[in-house]
Amino acid sequence: MSVLVSKNSKVIVQGFTGTEGTFHASQMIEFGTKVVGGVTPGKGGTMHLDKPVFNTVEEAVKKAGADVSIIFVPPAFAADAIMEAAEAGIKVIVCITEGIPTKDMIQVKEYLKGRDCRLIGPNCPGVITAGEAKVGIMPGFVFKKGTIGIVSKSGTLTYEAADQIVKAGLGITTAIGIGGDPIIGTSTMEAVQLLMADKETEGIVMIGEIGGGMEAEAARWIKENGTKPVVGFIAGQTAPVGRTMGHAGAIVGGAEDTAAAKMKILRECGVTVVESPATIGVTMAKILKKVVA
Amino acid sequence: MNIHEYQGKGILKGFGVAIQEGIVADTPEKAVDAAKELQKTTGTGWFVVKAQIHAGGRGKGKIVGSEQRGVALAKSVDAVKEISTNILGHNLVTAQTSATGKLVKKVLVAQDVYYPGETPTKEFYISVLLNRQKGRNIIMYSTEGGMNIEEVAEKTPHLIFKEEVDPKVGLQAFQCRKIAYNLGLEGEALKNMVKFVASLYKAYESIDASLFEINPVLKTSDNKIIAVDSKVSLDNNALFRHPDYAALRDESEEDPTEVEAGKHSLNYVKLDGNVGCMVNGAGLAMATMDIIKLSGGDPANFLDVGGTANAARVEQAFRIILRDEHVKAILVNIFGGIVRCDRVAQGIVDAYKNMGTIQVPIIVRLQGTNAVEAKKIIDESGLKVFSAIQLQDAADLVKKVLN
Repeated sequence: MSVLVSKNSKVIVQGFTGTEGTFHASQMIEFGTKVVGGVTPGKGGTMHLDKPVFNTVEEAVKKAGADVSIIFVPPAFAADAIMEAAEAGIKVIVCITEGIPTKDMIQVKEYLKGRDCRLIGPNCPGVITAGEAKVGIMPGFVFKKGTIGIVSKSGTLTYEAADQIVKAGLGITTAIGIGGDPIIGTSTMEAVQLLMADKETEGIVMIGEIGGGMEAEAARWIKENGTKPVVGFIAGQTAPVGRTMGHAGAIVGGAEDTAAAKMKILRECGVTVVESPATIGVTMAKILKKVVA
Repeated sequence: MNIHEYQGKGILKGFGVAIQEGIVADTPEKAVDAAKELQKTTGTGWFVVKAQIHAGGRGKGKIVGSEQRGVALAKSVDAVKEISTNILGHNLVTAQTSATGKLVKKVLVAQDVYYPGETPTKEFYISVLLNRQKGRNIIMYSTEGGMNIEEVAEKTPHLIFKEEVDPKVGLQAFQCRKIAYNLGLEGEALKNMVKFVASLYKAYESIDASLFEINPVLKTSDNKIIAVDSKVSLDNNALFRHPDYAALRDESEEDPTEVEAGKHSLNYVKLDGNVGCMVNGAGLAMATMDIIKLSGGDPANFLDVGGTANAARVEQAFRIILRDEHVKAILVNIFGGIVRCDRVAQGIVDAYKNMGTIQVPIIVRLQGTNAVEAKKIIDESGLKVFSAIQLQDAADLVKKVLN
């Protein structure tokens, strides 16, 4: 079993022929992801990286059987690209684009309601199922196959956590980078739910940061429904109030946005919270040994 | 992006939101002219002189070295001159500024709107913001205007109301009526509030705002509803659609080093600590700041160098970090995925040599693709740079260097 993407996923790249799209599509193909083509309006009928280019997502679904899409379209056009993918029947839409206006995302969120699809991101590193498929921009070699699922708002911090998990002898099932924007398609809780339901996943690493209430929501769900150990880390313990720390969503507004407040809620809900991002891997290894014993 | 009160009010007025009229001035003479002009157009005899800085609490704040408040009532044109002379060119300290305060370069001379009349005046609070969890905008409002809203939320949460806007249809008339009734209004004032709320929300949507906070919204003694203050923030990601609003940015309100960093596309936020850091990725950068704290230091900055950590960028980043004289050490933390660590290491060595001698110890932690080769490059460079591969080793090195 795998979460969101697998070796059977038929992936298309929206914004295929652009610099980013081209670079990451070739990396994905090299990893072994089944990329069945891409979409660049106006370039339909041509070939790129030995794969067909389509004018519309609908065409890519009909002709290439695409069911997963990864989006590298510039911010001004990204909301349109997400809605196009949803309308065409794509089941998993991964939006890498950073810098989409909030107003556009409010419309996207509304548009996706009730549709049979899932949006990951935007402003995220994507999703990787170790040994099967990489639909994202992460360095694939870090994610060696194993038993731990990762949910994270961040890119490089996800790679850091995955690397520690692998070095602790555990390895990864699926890592889901949900993104650092104020409005994202899949919440921390929803991503945790997916990993809880995955038979191969034995433990979950949940990486959050300052801003918003998603980690608290996930923690409360875990308290009621969790069946696997969860190690949590909240980045930004030293972040000042009212300043945006890189990610558009990473800003402390009220008292509940702080790392300290989130860490407290996580602890109260039975999540093992690490203070230092350097101890994510060893902590998970310790807990799993305890569970086995 | 934050803008000044006078700029925010100007935008609101353009969307039909009634505001306290005012004219901005950058000298006491111009403030006097502004007062005379206002006297002509609005008939006001009293004025309010308001310091224009990007910080709240101006009314309670004081000018450094005097008792002058940042917002003051002037009962004559002469008083306008006196107050604006006291404020302009001086630093204003409020609860939201640093201890040295912020230099006031402009004052808004505004009409007095608390004049007596047939009914008592009443202050309200109205804000428009995003409910992140729901992905929808909400209008938050309260009968307790003119106060610190966080305090109201804590002490009398039942006096704060919320109205959610359905993105499919936008703000509806019934919602505006509900807000006006919940604020206890009737007659002409109720009608005016309905129009006020509708215009305010229209402005919010049209300009891609990320926050409106109007505190207070005033019901005047003759039942007008007007914005007496305005805090307007714009969505940075949407500024490409509004070049005219992007031009309202006041760089002098920002930290000069942050402005400089932005020009080099480095995402830098200045903090008060003693250990600088340079990291790729926002999440890892925050985590690195946390590591510094856990190692006994205090982060001096947030700095995301982004995906291309080549020699030129690394050098720019070093220069930015070193502008802060409080920096006693620098931790470079790069997780090389698609960027190869050996290239980053070479970039660091080149940047270091290019800059001559860097006086503070540097700890470089490179992990990921070719991490071992990268460590070798650093170790064999002969420079005063400590290298690490594991994050914990880097943390230990920070501790060692600080001791």
